[in-house]
Amino acid sequence: MLTQEQAADIFDRIRRFSSADEVEAIFNGSRFALTRFANNAIHQNVEEENSVVSIRTNFGGRTARSTANQFDDESLRRAVAASESLARVQEPDPDLLPMPTASEADVCEPSEKAAGGGARSTRAFTARFFEETATITPSDRAEVVGHIVSVADRHHLTTAGIYSTSESREGIFNSGGLARWHQQTLAEISITMLAADSSGWQKLNSPDVRNLDARRLAETAAQKAVESAHPREIAPGKYTVILEPAAVLDIVGFMFWDYSGVAILDQRSFLNDRIGTQLFGKNINISDDVAHPLQAGSPFDGEGMRRQRVPLVENGIVRRVVYARATAKKMRNSEYANRVGPIEPTGHGFPLPNEVGEMPMNIVFASPEAVSEKPQTVEEMIASTERGVLVTRLWYIREVDPYEKIVTGMTRDGTFLVENGKVQCGLRNFRFNESLISMLSKVEAMSVPVRACGEESFDMVVPAMKVGEFNFTEATKF
Amino acid sequence: MKATAKRALDAASGHGATYADARAVAMRNRSLTTKNGRLGHASESESLGIGVRVIADGAWGFAASADLSRASVEAAAARAVEIAKASARVKRENVRLAPEPAAVAEWTTPYKIDPFSTSVEENLDLLLKVDAEMRAVGGVTLSETGMNFQREESWFLSSEGADIHQTKYSTGAGYTAYAFAGAEIQKRSYPNSFGGQWQNRGYELIEEMKLLENARRVAEETVALHHAEQCPEGTATIILDGSQLGLQIHESIGHPIELDRVLGMEANFAGTSFLTLEKLGRLRYGSELVNVVADARQEHGPGLGTFAYDDEGVAAQSTPIITNGRFTGYLSSRETAHTIGATRSGGTLRAEGWNRLPMIRMTNVSILPGEKPLSLEQLIAATDDGIYMETNKSWSIDDKRYNFQFGCEIAWEIKHGKRVRMLKNPSYSGITTEFWNSMDAICSREEWTLWGTPNCGKGQPQQVVGTGHGASPARFRNVRVGSAYKGS
Ligand SMILES: [Zn+2]
Repeated sequence: MLTQEQAADIFDRIRRFSSADEVEAIFNGSRFALTRFANNAIHQNVEEENSVVSIRTNFGGRTARSTANQFDDESLRRAVAASESLARVQEPDPDLLPMPTASEADVCEPSEKAAGGGARSTRAFTARFFEETATITPSDRAEVVGHIVSVADRHHLTTAGIYSTSESREGIFNSGGLARWHQQTLAEISITMLAADSSGWQKLNSPDVRNLDARRLAETAAQKAVESAHPREIAPGKYTVILEPAAVLDIVGFMFWDYSGVAILDQRSFLNDRIGTQLFGKNINISDDVAHPLQAGSPFDGEGMRRQRVPLVENGIVRRVVYARATAKKMRNSEYANRVGPIEPTGHGFPLPNEVGEMPMNIVFASPEAVSEKPQTVEEMIASTERGVLVTRLWYIREVDPYEKIVTGMTRDGTFLVENGKVQCGLRNFRFNESLISMLSKVEAMSVPVRACGEESFDMVVPAMKVGEFNFTEATKF
Repeated sequence: MKATAKRALDAASGHGATYADARAVAMRNRSLTTKNGRLGHASESESLGIGVRVIADGAWGFAASADLSRASVEAAAARAVEIAKASARVKRENVRLAPEPAAVAEWTTPYKIDPFSTSVEENLDLLLKVDAEMRAVGGVTLSETGMNFQREESWFLSSEGADIHQTKYSTGAGYTAYAFAGAEIQKRSYPNSFGGQWQNRGYELIEEMKLLENARRVAEETVALHHAEQCPEGTATIILDGSQLGLQIHESIGHPIELDRVLGMEANFAGTSFLTLEKLGRLRYGSELVNVVADARQEHGPGLGTFAYDDEGVAAQSTPIITNGRFTGYLSSRETAHTIGATRSGGTLRAEGWNRLPMIRMTNVSILPGEKPLSLEQLIAATDDGIYMETNKSWSIDDKRYNFQFGCEIAWEIKHGKRVRMLKNPSYSGITTEFWNSMDAICSREEWTLWGTPNCGKGQPQQVVGTGHGASPARFRNVRVGSAYKGS
C-alpha cells in the first residue's frame, strides 16, 4: 500500500519533471477484497491492489489532468507531459484560481467564525482506519459467509450477497505547499434472502468491521423473505408509506447534485429560484457534515480544502448550497448573489478541471427532536398506520423531471401491506413516480437517523420516514 | 507482457490451481468536455496491471495487481489460489468449464484514424464550434459537449494454452442543450443522450456523425419544447427512434438473457430474470417481426460489444436470442453453458479492466431490421394516430426485468400519417413480453444503426462496460403513455 512518504517522494519527482507554473497531485490507493455468494455458495471471490496518481498542471489559467498507476520515472514523465500538452492548447480560464496554500485550505467553519473565529476547530474527527478491518483474510470472510448460509439453510431460503473489506488512502499535494492525507477502512455486508415468490434484504457498512453483525442482518433479511411470501397484488395509487432508512437514502440521494453553486449558475438545479422558500415540511433539517461520527470519507475536497459542516435545509427551507473556491467567487459576481444565501468556499469541490463544480456527499438528516418531534421506531410507525405500505428498499431510481424532481423506480425485496396497525402480508412490487419536493413535504414521522447504505445513492445518515400520499403508478408481476 | 502473464500461470499451478488464466491489460483514455463555450475538463489516463483467475479445490479465486514485478505477480497468483481455497469452504459443487480450443491469436479493432493520433486542438476546436452553435439559439441556458477515446490492449494466457493479444479502440462523442424557463428544465441531445454515440472505431466515427450540422436544430428543439403540449396520459400507438429502441433492447432483452442473472448469481445487486430456464425455446417473447441476436463478431458491425475473443479466450459468436418472436438463446460463459445443455460457451465474458473478474456481459444485442423496405417517414405516413418519441431521458426497470418505464426527450403527435405537433415530457411503460408482442412494424436496413451504451453497470464490485445495440425505428400498439407524470 502506498504510504504518505512514498506519495511525497512521487510528488517531488513530478514537480521536477514539470515546467508548469503550478502542479498538483491527487493520490488514491486501495486494497479491496470482496467475497460474493449466491445459491448458498461462494461463487466469486476477488482482491485487487492499485494506486493511482492524478496530476494537474497549470500554465497561467490553462489546466488539465493526467492519471497513471505506474510510478517509475518514465511513466511519471509521460503523465506529466500528457497533462502539460492538454493544458497548453487551451484558452486561459479567467475563473481558475491559483492552487490553495495550506493555510487557505484550512478555513474555519461558519460556526467557529460566529464563535469569534481565530481558533481552529478541534471538533473531533473520529478515526476511520481500523486494523481489525484491514487485517481480515479471505478465510475470515468465508467463515462469515458460512454463518449467513446457515441462516438461509435453517429457513429453507436461498441467499446471495457480499462481504467486502478494504483499506484505502487518499492524498493531495500541491506546489503551494499543501499536503493532505487520509486513510480509512471499510467493511460491508449485503444479504438477499430468496424464497419461491418473495425476498428480503439487508445491507450495512462501517469503517470498523466490529459494527457489522452478519447473523443479525441475515436473520432480518430471512424474516422479510418469509413474511412477504405469496405476495398479494393491490391496485397502484397513493398510499401512506413507511420507508426504511435504505429506501429513504436511495430516493433522496437524487436531489443532492443540485445543492451546488455550479448547478445554480448553470440553471440545471431544482433549487433555481427556490433558495429561501419553504420547499419541504418544517420537520426537515439536513446538513452536510463529514465529521459526523456516523459518516465516513476524507476531510478535504478535490483541491485539498477542508470540508466544512454546512446546514443545507433548516425547518424545510433550503438555506444555502455548497461551493468550490472558484464557484464561490463566480457566484458573488453573478446575478444570483443576493438570493442564494451565504456564499463562501465550503470544501466540497471535485478535482479540477471539471464541469459540475461541487456537491455535498456527507449528508446528515437531523433527528426529529430538532423540531421537538418524538422519534418513532418503524414498529411505532406501523402501529399508527390504518392502511399503508412498508418498503424495505427502492430500486432502479431515475430522474423523470429535473425541476419538479420527479423520480421513478421500483420497490424491491420486502414490500408489505400494513392495515390496522399491523403488517398483514407481502405485496407485489410497485413502480412509483414521486416528486421529492412533494415527498419531503408529507413526512408524518421519522426515526432516529442511522448510517444507511443502498445501491442507488451514496451512504448517508438518514431516518426511516412515514410519508403520506406516496405515488405508486403501476404494479409489476411479482 | 506475455512473460509476465506466463509467470503468473506457473505460480498459480505451483500453488495448486487446476485451472488458471492471466490477463495483462494496458488501458489508455482521453476525455474532453466543454460547457457554455469553455473547457469542461481535459484528461488523459493510463492504467496497467494484471489479473489472475484460478480454480483450486473446485472453486474460484481472483487477485489483481498493478505492480508487474516478478515478486508481485507471483504473490498475486498465490493470493488468487489462497482465495479460491477459501471459496471452497462454502461450496455446493465444483466449477465445471465447457471445453474451448486454446486459441493463439492477434487481433486489433479495424479503424481508419487512430483517435490518439488526432490533436487535442482539433478535438476541442470541433467541440467548441458545436457548443457555440447551440448557444447561438436564444433560450438555451446551458450547452455541454464531450468526446472520449479508449484503447485497451490485452494479453490473455491460460493454463490450457490460450495466448491471445487483442487491441480494442472505442470512440464516442455527443452534446446536449438545456433550456430553463418558468418552472421547467428541458433538454435535447445529439446523436444520443448520456454521452452521444459510441462505437469500436477510430476518429472516423466523429467525422461521420455530422455533429456540427445538427447542433442548431437540436438547440432550437430544446427551446421549442417549452411551448409544446404535455404528452397525454392513456393508451397509444407509439413509434420509437432507433436509439431509444436500442436502450429498450438493452434493458428488456439484453439484461434478462444474461445466464448469470437467470441462475441467481446477481440476485443481491442487479437482480434476477423472469426468463427462467424452462422458457428457452418455448416463450413467445415478441411478435413474429421480432428477431434479436447477440453478435460479437466484426461482421455484425463495430459495436462496443465487438471483439475477436472474450475475456476467457472464447471466440466471438452470434447467438440467436429471439427468432420470429420465440425466445431461443441466453448469454452464456464456460462456467454456465452446461446449465442450458450447451457444449460450448456463447463467448460473452468481459471485464472492465485488469483489476476485475470477467463476467457475462451483453455483446451487441441487436434487433434485426425489417426485410420489407420501410423508412421512418413511410412508417409515420402509415400510422393513423400515434406518438413518435426520440432520444432517451429516463429509464427504469424492475429487478426481474418485467415492468419498465422510459422517458424520452421529445415526441410528436402523429395524425393521419403526419407529424402534427410537438409533445414534451413523453414517457411510456409496460411489461416486457406484452410490449414486444405489440410490435407490428420495424424499419428496414437503411434506418438501422449500431448504437453504443457506454455505461452498463453490473457486478460487485460494480463494473461498467460498453454494449452495442443495433436497431431501426419500430412501432408498438396499445402502449401505456404518460404514466411518469400521472398523479403529480
Ligand atoms: Zn445495463
